[in-house]
Amino acid sequence: MFNKLYDISEKLRPHFEEGGKLHAFWSLYDGFATFLFTPNTTAKRIGVQVHDANDSKRTMIMVVLALVPAMLFGMYNVGYQHFLATGGDAGFWATFAFGLLAVLPYIIVSYLVGLGIEFTVAQWKHEEIAEGFLVTGFIIPLIVPINTPLWMVAVATAFAVIFAKEVFGGTGYNIFNVALITRAFLFFAYPTHMTGDKAFVRTEGTWGWDNGQALVDGFSGATPLGQVAVATDPSVQLVNTLGEPIGFWDAFCGLIPGSVGETSVIAILLGACLLLMTGVASWKTMTAVFAGGALTALLFNIGGVDTAAANMPWYMHLVTGGFCFGAVFMATDPVTSARTECGKWIYGLLIGCMAIVIRVLNPGYPEGMMLAILLGNCFAPLIDWCVVQSNINMRAKRATIK
Amino acid sequence: MALSEKTREAFLGPLNKNNPVVVQILGICSALAVTVQLKPALVMGIAVTIIVALSNVVISALRNTIPNRIRIIVQLVVVAALVTLVSGILKAFAYDVSVALSVYIGLIITNCILMGRLEAYAMSNGPLDSLLDGLGNGFGYMWVLVVVAFVRELLGSGTLMGFRIIPESWYVANGGFYENCGMMVMPAMALILVGCVIWAHRSLNKEEVK
Repeated sequence: MFNKLYDISEKLRPHFEEGGKLHAFWSLYDGFATFLFTPNTTAKRIGVQVHDANDSKRTMIMVVLALVPAMLFGMYNVGYQHFLATGGDAGFWATFAFGLLAVLPYIIVSYLVGLGIEFTVAQWKHEEIAEGFLVTGFIIPLIVPINTPLWMVAVATAFAVIFAKEVFGGTGYNIFNVALITRAFLFFAYPTHMTGDKAFVRTEGTWGWDNGQALVDGFSGATPLGQVAVATDPSVQLVNTLGEPIGFWDAFCGLIPGSVGETSVIAILLGACLLLMTGVASWKTMTAVFAGGALTALLFNIGGVDTAAANMPWYMHLVTGGFCFGAVFMATDPVTSARTECGKWIYGLLIGCMAIVIRVLNPGYPEGMMLAILLGNCFAPLIDWCVVQSNINMRAKRATIK
Repeated sequence: MALSEKTREAFLGPLNKNNPVVVQILGICSALAVTVQLKPALVMGIAVTIIVALSNVVISALRNTIPNRIRIIVQLVVVAALVTLVSGILKAFAYDVSVALSVYIGLIITNCILMGRLEAYAMSNGPLDSLLDGLGNGFGYMWVLVVVAFVRELLGSGTLMGFRIIPESWYVANGGFYENCGMMVMPAMALILVGCVIWAHRSLNKEEVK
């Protein structure tokens, strides 16, 4: 079957090459062809080159694969929360199908807008299509609340791809994580749709299915962190959509309100295993983020202010909100994170620490992971520079010849 | 009276090739602060134009009598006097705009464009040239402000000069689908928009790219 596909692809090639009728779409063709097949060309024999069978397209696909569990679980959870809120009982497959239909438009919009801009820029600059958006486009639906209007996602994606990526030179040159810039843009531009009790549970139907259902009594769509942020009582009992108390295991399994991909720690850990086994993500960054978050939360537990956020046990901080998702998929982004080995520890600790500090000390932002990672992105080059400088100084001192 | 090449350049240069904001990157702070709405931006542009033109003329007329060592103080006195005048006029005749601009009218004294023009141009050129140079720089500053404020007010508030452009019925609160972009109201977005103007300007004037 693949041979046939390859033949078709090769047969189409002349149409897209210089002089062909469809040359305007060369970048599109090239993008898809190399997406399916490893290109035949290799670098010329000049100088020393390190070559890995795992090129950047294969790396990106690994990340997308690692995101699949979170995506599938997120879809189920969207349906689950919806039927919980409307009091319906649809069974497993219908619940999943509802979530699939609700999430699908976001995936389509994010890929259409993002890839559209990527293809246009690639064609315009006569460059190959960079594959970076494969992952970004998959992450965006996972980190936006499920009630965000689609045109807002489109605007935010366009903004992020143009201003966080293309103006810096495209894939591999961006300072900030593009998916997070999308979310940050939404967060600052349309705050009413990004926070609050209504944002994270799909109360409306999707594609005309289950429209206009009345909500059950006692419904509250507040996420655990949202509840903590508005709590006046320093020891708050977290509840689910129906007002039933939830604990560590509920947050760990993930059947709670939240952005699509962030709720289930189990699904995220599955992805983390894949990323670590294939060596795509750095275990140092990941561990450091968790360590930084746990230590900071522990410090607040022991001797912080007496508020609900500060009193929330450290292990609850790690499993609620976007902490896990951020630590596994966003902080480890090889482009925007620190690259020196020692720098990865500092970078991760900074993110984990800042995420908890923002959660606890800033009443305006219930969740701090997004801002913490963007701050970490901002400091990553400085951290790397300092690590390299200190290495140079250390070695210079060791040198015996003056 | 035919204007010489130098005189024409004094007026037209700052409008495009030598624009104070997009080429010399001066006066950015006030460009970020007053461009949330179109009206204050326009008034600010007019105020800066008047002040820079008049102070240019005054300093240019006095340039041979100002002792070199105290020239900055003399320039400041002239600018401060004009700023006080403009501020007073605004308070008397356009109070709401004056409130919207708050300290930024007063801060024209420290505007880099003003001191730059006085030092670089008025101190060594005649009053007519200086007048045109001041007007050119004022208008050059104004058009950038107006472009940025146009986008910010339209997308950030849905109005232009206070008139509603995007119909009320489009908004989510009234059963529609539209929301104003809150980013546009933040100074960060003004910086990005100024960046876009510079981007467009550079790609239209390829020879300016260094």
